[in-house]
Amino acid sequence: MVEVREKIDVAIVGAGHAGCEAALACSRLGLDTYIFTMSADNIAFMPCNPHIGGSSKGHLVREIDALGGEMGKVIDKTFLQSKMLNTSKGPAVHSLRCQADKMEYSKEMKRILEAQDHLTVKQAEVSELLYEDITDEKLKSQGYERRITGVKIFSGIIYEAKAVILCTGTYLKSRCLTGEAITYSGPNGLQPSNLLSESLLRAGIELRRFKTGTPARMDGKTLDYSKMTEQFGDDPVIPFSFDTDPKDVQRPQVSCWLTYTNEKTHEIIRNNIDRSPIYAGIIEGVGPRYCPSIEDKVVKFPDHERHQVFVEPEGTFTNEMYIDGMSSSLPEDVQIAMYRTVPGLENCRIVKSAYAIEYDCLCPGQLHPNLELKKIHGLFSAGQFNGSSGYEEAAAQGLYAGVNAAMEIFGKEPLSIDRSEGYIGVLVDDLVTKENLEPYRMMTSRAEYRLLLRQDNADLRLRAKGYEVGLISQEKYDALLNKQTLIDKEVQRLKNTKVGANPIIQSFMEKNDSTPLKTATSLAELICRPEFNYDNIAEIDPDREELPESVKQQVEITIRYEGYINRQLRQVEQFKKLEKKLIPADIDYGDVSSLRLEARQKLEKFRPTNIGQASRIGGVNPADITVLVIYLDSLRRGQSNEN
Amino acid sequence: MGNVLRSFNDDTICAIATAMTDAGIGIIRVSGKEAVSICDKLYISGKKERDLTSHEPNTIRYGYIVDGDRIVDEVMISFMKAPHSYTCEDVIEINSHGGMLVMNEVLSLLLKNGCRLAEPGEFTKRAFLNGRIDLTKAEAVMDIIEAQSSFALESSRAQLSGNIYDEVVSLRKEILYEMAYIESALDDPENYDLTGFSSELKSKILPMIDKISKLLSSADEGIIRKDGIKTVIIGKPNAGKSSLLNALSGSDRAIVTDIAGTTRDVIEETVRLDDIVLNLIDTAGIRETEDLIEKIGVDRAKEKIAEADLCLYVLDSTSDVEEIDKDIFKLCEGKKTIVILNKNDLTPDIKISKDILPMLFSDCNSIDFPIITTSLLNREGLDELKHAITDIFFNGELAPKQETYITNLRHKKLFEEALDSLKLVVDSIEKDLSEDFYTIDLSNAYSSLGEIIGQEVGDDLVEEIFSKFCMGK
Repeated sequence: MVEVREKIDVAIVGAGHAGCEAALACSRLGLDTYIFTMSADNIAFMPCNPHIGGSSKGHLVREIDALGGEMGKVIDKTFLQSKMLNTSKGPAVHSLRCQADKMEYSKEMKRILEAQDHLTVKQAEVSELLYEDITDEKLKSQGYERRITGVKIFSGIIYEAKAVILCTGTYLKSRCLTGEAITYSGPNGLQPSNLLSESLLRAGIELRRFKTGTPARMDGKTLDYSKMTEQFGDDPVIPFSFDTDPKDVQRPQVSCWLTYTNEKTHEIIRNNIDRSPIYAGIIEGVGPRYCPSIEDKVVKFPDHERHQVFVEPEGTFTNEMYIDGMSSSLPEDVQIAMYRTVPGLENCRIVKSAYAIEYDCLCPGQLHPNLELKKIHGLFSAGQFNGSSGYEEAAAQGLYAGVNAAMEIFGKEPLSIDRSEGYIGVLVDDLVTKENLEPYRMMTSRAEYRLLLRQDNADLRLRAKGYEVGLISQEKYDALLNKQTLIDKEVQRLKNTKVGANPIIQSFMEKNDSTPLKTATSLAELICRPEFNYDNIAEIDPDREELPESVKQQVEITIRYEGYINRQLRQVEQFKKLEKKLIPADIDYGDVSSLRLEARQKLEKFRPTNIGQASRIGGVNPADITVLVIYLDSLRRGQSNEN
Repeated sequence: MGNVLRSFNDDTICAIATAMTDAGIGIIRVSGKEAVSICDKLYISGKKERDLTSHEPNTIRYGYIVDGDRIVDEVMISFMKAPHSYTCEDVIEINSHGGMLVMNEVLSLLLKNGCRLAEPGEFTKRAFLNGRIDLTKAEAVMDIIEAQSSFALESSRAQLSGNIYDEVVSLRKEILYEMAYIESALDDPENYDLTGFSSELKSKILPMIDKISKLLSSADEGIIRKDGIKTVIIGKPNAGKSSLLNALSGSDRAIVTDIAGTTRDVIEETVRLDDIVLNLIDTAGIRETEDLIEKIGVDRAKEKIAEADLCLYVLDSTSDVEEIDKDIFKLCEGKKTIVILNKNDLTPDIKISKDILPMLFSDCNSIDFPIITTSLLNREGLDELKHAITDIFFNGELAPKQETYITNLRHKKLFEEALDSLKLVVDSIEKDLSEDFYTIDLSNAYSSLGEIIGQEVGDDLVEEIFSKFCMGK
């Protein structure tokens, strides 16, 4: 074949949730971008659960939106049901979750990609990475060995690119397992990508094998919903995107259904556990502990008499129902028996059986905090390929890697979000500094400063960063600044406005079952009382101006939880002190003679950029950190003595 | 790059490692790269061959320390090869025949041949920097080095063997469990139930609060027992302040020896009454002028008194009470004070006795200070003084009541922080806030406790290490 070379700026490998965000970020920043996919009809496909968001994942979607990403906007247009979770808990753990219409979501994302300037969707299997050795001394001293020059697709056409972003999801050398039945395919019967892994290994990239799984899809007309509890959406619906007008998301919703497993279900599972590929040792890949299969749950919680099962619609285009909570890799005959023990599923017929999927992915210790490979300049990676699980985790990394590939091409500072600034920061930091031995799932418990990292303030936290890199328009940024000003002014006003212990106020207090005032008290102090909130003290606050709901919410949270917020801010201060202690890129850990061997090996492997990051690496204990800090300090003092 | 760090440890250090007394045997320790080669220059073996370089590690050899041809002492030499020694460096220990003179001579020979005299605690510093011991252990060793009383030694040893450590570890374990439970429940509400959790948590935290409060209540006593009582001697001229000082100094004086390092000058101001350590403030003033008040003025005296834990107010029982006595007396108000009626041996001349003293000072407000009578020139009454101090500071019990004392100010501060955080958790429970709020303060408590045992990397901790080890000159 005649060699064809196309010159582009960025090549994105894979058009799942990571790839789409990466492609949109790069092309919106003006870079000529190609997004390669095995199937142009399955863009932003949801091969597993039909929902976006949920505990802590909802935070990620909000953050993606704050930074100028697309996920929140697409789900706002395509959700079937929307619910704010954990509203009985504090605002830190409130989380938005939407049931998606899978087909509509995929179609909408495809429309957006196609309409985007500088972006081309290309159906092709990327079979090879192209790169050259680094000659630049400066890059060499930073640890780079190679520079990416492009990708080659199966047909032989070469795309020369300044950056490549790997978003291969679960497609690399994937195989699906249902008991003894093994299919060498990607998810949902899609074509796997079998060639790229070899090329990655040749480039010196270390790969490993992970697994994940999905439950069965049922024929909806074979289910008996009268035996299940109906689960409704919220009214009114709160949109995911900060840019969506709430009026546009108030529409009829579709219900989900709740039912439970029982002793009989568990008995069938226990009797057949030896036929599970995982327990039989057929699966080599490591699965996620936090998204366990039903057999894992039965084994892990032998005392639990039942487990929740949510029956969720896959979309309006089909009557397939997703059986959330019962993913499995047991043989299909066991699956049929096990599902049919669940109330409402007695006569179920399976459209698609549950399966586990195994795939090649990266050991993300090989990544810089900007998601670039440490050894290959210009090669970035995101999503499930990095060892995460979940659409939202993937999209967040895709956006982050996309922006950072662009920043590198432009010669600008990378986008950096630390653990105190966003769940994205926690996600990326965990991936690049921890030895994750299973697919990484975002969870609220992973965020140390979660009262600061609320889903309701993602715009206040991150829009400025989105604006700085060029994904947020001036207009939107101005609106954000205005919102912040309104919040600050209102908080100050409430702190400064005092109400006296006069008869009008006292009768108001009495009416609301609140203790009468002893002295003049600020409105802010009143809001801190559990019986009051911003809205219900309006009567004794005649001077207030009408404010948008989102501003009122921030005012109330800021005032009510001030003490807790301040304590978290102090924790952040401590954290930042260690983050600011930088470790030189060319440090030779062999010189730090007092480090324990294990710590030295781990530090050598991860090569953290600062002391804070070093302290989070597994196998590096506080004593090692002390030694390292003393070493760095002695370096610094040594240098200043020389000068 | 590594040279910079090594420069701290590049030289070879030496020090007398045993007490500076004329004991039967004394050990001089040498640590560093050149330990062997330096010692070789002043050692000949029993068979009169110079063979220290062929000395097998972890063995002991008999021989002589020589200065040229002259034999200085007959010694046993042991050699521990890096990294299997206290400092993780080559270490040589010279067991000499004790005796201050001989030991000093060996030491100066080492210095002459290229060793440097170790700073206080420098062996420990090297052990720490070389990863041989962790921070709490290092801290405890530093405390032992600075220990001034046998209590201080005991409590530092307890710390070394892990008394505080165990308490903190068990508290942290409990807190971690609760945090983990909350986190699990937030992430997996289906499998972890939070019903009734908050009241259960409260019932677990209250005992922790009690435990820490109890430890903290020991802290002041612990710190005073370990570091000594800041004491000021006051009184008008010629009342006997100087005699008191002499009497105190004549008692078992604290000669503190750096177990791991060099000898130190005896601090003039620190005296011991058996196990009570008194840190005397401004003794120079007494020695030179015998007249604290007149010389330095009432204001300055006031300052000194404010600084002190204890005032020893010396009154001459043979002279009349003057206005100045009352002035001084008033300065002591609100302070722990012992009135010392001195010169009670001059019985015929006694003008102030224990009985009439309160009457004489009746126009001063509080007069319930303990009063003792002494004859300081004859060194009589020191026992009474000791009892009075024990009554005031240790509830009459000289022997420590508890097994675990907080004797370190850094630990005290961190325990206080942990206590505050746990109280805030209880506060959140009582305010009926949801569980996700509890973890903020639980994690603060967890970190504070972790800093005590060096299991948490605090920036301040690092600063502390630098100041403690006098690094970076």
